[in-house]
Amino acid sequence: MLYNEASPLETKILTRLFGVPNSTSVETYVAHEGFDGFRKAAAMTPEAIIEEVKKSNLRGRGGAGFPTGMKWGFVPRNSSKPKYIVVNADESEPGTCKDRLLMEYDPMQLIEGMMIAGLAVGAKKGYIYIRGEYRYLIDIMDKAIADARAAGWLGENIKGTGFDFDCYTHTGAGAYECGEESALLESLEGKRGVPRIRPPFPAVAGLYRCPTVLNNVETFASAPSILRMGGEAWANLGTPRNGGTRMFCLSGHINKPGVYELPMGFNLLRMIEEVGGGMRGGRKLKAVIPGGSSCPILTAAECDVAMDFDALKTVNSMLGSGGVVVMDETTDMVKVALRIMKFYQHESCGWCIPCREGTMWLKKILTRVYEGMGQNNDPALLHELANNMLGRTFCPLGDAAAMPTISIVEKFRDEFEAYVRRSPMANLANIETEIPVSA
Amino acid sequence: MNFSPELEAKFAEIIGKYPPEHKRSALVPLLLYTQDELGKITQDVIQEVARRVGVFPIQVEEVLTYYSMLHFPKPMGKAHVQICTNVSCQLTGGEELYEQACRKLGLGHKEVSPDGEISLEEVECIGACSWAPAIQINYDFHHNVTPAKLDELLDGIRKLN
Repeated sequence: MLYNEASPLETKILTRLFGVPNSTSVETYVAHEGFDGFRKAAAMTPEAIIEEVKKSNLRGRGGAGFPTGMKWGFVPRNSSKPKYIVVNADESEPGTCKDRLLMEYDPMQLIEGMMIAGLAVGAKKGYIYIRGEYRYLIDIMDKAIADARAAGWLGENIKGTGFDFDCYTHTGAGAYECGEESALLESLEGKRGVPRIRPPFPAVAGLYRCPTVLNNVETFASAPSILRMGGEAWANLGTPRNGGTRMFCLSGHINKPGVYELPMGFNLLRMIEEVGGGMRGGRKLKAVIPGGSSCPILTAAECDVAMDFDALKTVNSMLGSGGVVVMDETTDMVKVALRIMKFYQHESCGWCIPCREGTMWLKKILTRVYEGMGQNNDPALLHELANNMLGRTFCPLGDAAAMPTISIVEKFRDEFEAYVRRSPMANLANIETEIPVSA
Repeated sequence: MNFSPELEAKFAEIIGKYPPEHKRSALVPLLLYTQDELGKITQDVIQEVARRVGVFPIQVEEVLTYYSMLHFPKPMGKAHVQICTNVSCQLTGGEELYEQACRKLGLGHKEVSPDGEISLEEVECIGACSWAPAIQINYDFHHNVTPAKLDELLDGIRKLN
C-alpha cells in the first residue's frame, strides 16, 4: 500500500516501481531495467563513470547540493587502503520523509547505486547507516541484500564482471547529528556522534580513516538511472546545473500532503496548488519552509520560485533535503520558531560552544517571548544571537539552527513584537532597580 | 552474562558485518538490540558488551548517554509511546495529541507507568512528515493520527496488558 496517491504531474524515474506488486524482489527489479545501469558501468572505466555522473548534474540530495560526480572524483585512485561506500539513511531533517520510501519500495535501486559508486572509486564494501527509528526498513534492506547475494548481484565476481562488492545495514539509535557526514562516520565506528574537523574530507579519510564515498539514499538511488539513460538525458530532466528529478516531501496545511517525484526546478506555487491540492480549508498561504527545517523560511510573496539549488539561493534560502513545509495564515510564527529551536537545542551534540550555548539561549528567549514574558529587546536579541552563531560552529548544525531563526524574526518581526508588547516584562531592561544590600 | 540464543545469533550477525579490527562498530547496534530484548540496559549488559567489542565499560556508557533511543539508566515501558510534535506534526495537531496522551496515561515526558508497562515520550521528527501527525509505539509507525485513533491505540495497549 502506498502512503499517498501519485500525482499526474510526477516524472516517475526513481519512483517507477512504487506501487508495482512485489517491487522489492530481484525479479521485479530486473524486469524493470534493474541492474542495467550497473551492467553499463561495469563495461566502462572508473573515469568514464564519474564523467557520466558529472554530466548528469546530480547534486547531493541530503541537503548541501554538492556535485556528486566531483565528490566521487575526490577519492584517491592509488590508495593502498580499502575504500568504502557509505549511505546516509539517517533521514531526520524535520519535514523530510523520502529516503524511507526509496528503501521501502525499491531497495534494489539503492543497492545498484552503491555498486555503481563502488565501480567508480574501486570500493568493495558498503554500509547503509539507517536511523534507529526505521527498524522495519532495516529488515527490508537486510532481506533485499540477502536476495541480491543469492541471485549473484552481490558477492564475488558479480555476473562475471570481475567486480566484487558487498554491503550491510547499520542501525543508528536516535541522533539528528549523525546525519552530518563526519558524525555519521564516528557513530558507525561505535562512538558518540560528534563531528570531525575537516579537512581531511571523507573522500580521503572517512570510515576507519579510509577513502569513503558518503552520499544520501536518494543520491545513490539516482545513479542507476543516470547510467541507464546517460548523464545528459538525466541532466535535461531538470534545470541548468540542477539535473534530474527530486523527491519532494509536501507536508503541513495542504490538501494532499505526500512524497512526489518532480523535475528539478518545479515551481513552488504550482507544487502547492496542483500537486499538493492547494491550501487546506481554502485558507491563505503564509509561509513555506522549502527544504527541511534548517532552510530559511519563505513568505507567501517569495514562493513563486523554481525549486532548484540555484533559484532558491536567489531568494536567500536553500533546497536542502526536499522537505516542503507549508503554513497557512493561522500559523503562529513565534510558536514555529520556538519548536524548531527546541529541536536544534535537543539535537546539538554539545561538542562546540557557539552551537551548544547558542541554541540553549535562543530556546530560552523564544520560550519567554512565547509565554508572554518577553522583553522589548528580544526580537533584536534573537537576531543578533543567531547571527553570531552563523559560520562559527564545528559542523553545519549551528547554521541550521540559526538560519530559520534569523529568517523568521526578520520576515515576521511584527508577530514577535506583538507578543512582547503584551508582556508585563516588556520594559524590564529600562526599570532601574535598587539592589538591596544585605546587612 | 548469558543472552538468549536468538540474541546471540543477532550478535554474531552484527559483529560479522565489520572488519575484525573494527568490531567496535557493532557497539550501538548491540546495545539497541539488547535493549529491545531485555527491556533495559544494566551494568551487566555494559560489562558484557564492552568485553565483546573490546572497549572499556566507560566507553560503552559514553555512547549510551549520547543516543536518544538508548534509555539508560532509566528504562522505558514495554510499550513506549512516542509522539512527534516537530514542525509538520505541530501544524497538524501533534501537540494536542501529546497532551491528550499525557492526560489519558497520566504520564509526562519520558515517564513510565508504575507497573512498567507503558511510557510516553515527546519525540523529535520521526520521518513521517507527509503523513502527519505521526506517532510510533515501539517501532510501529501510525500515520495521520486523529484524537479518536490515538484513544483507540492507547486502549489497545491497555488491553494487551
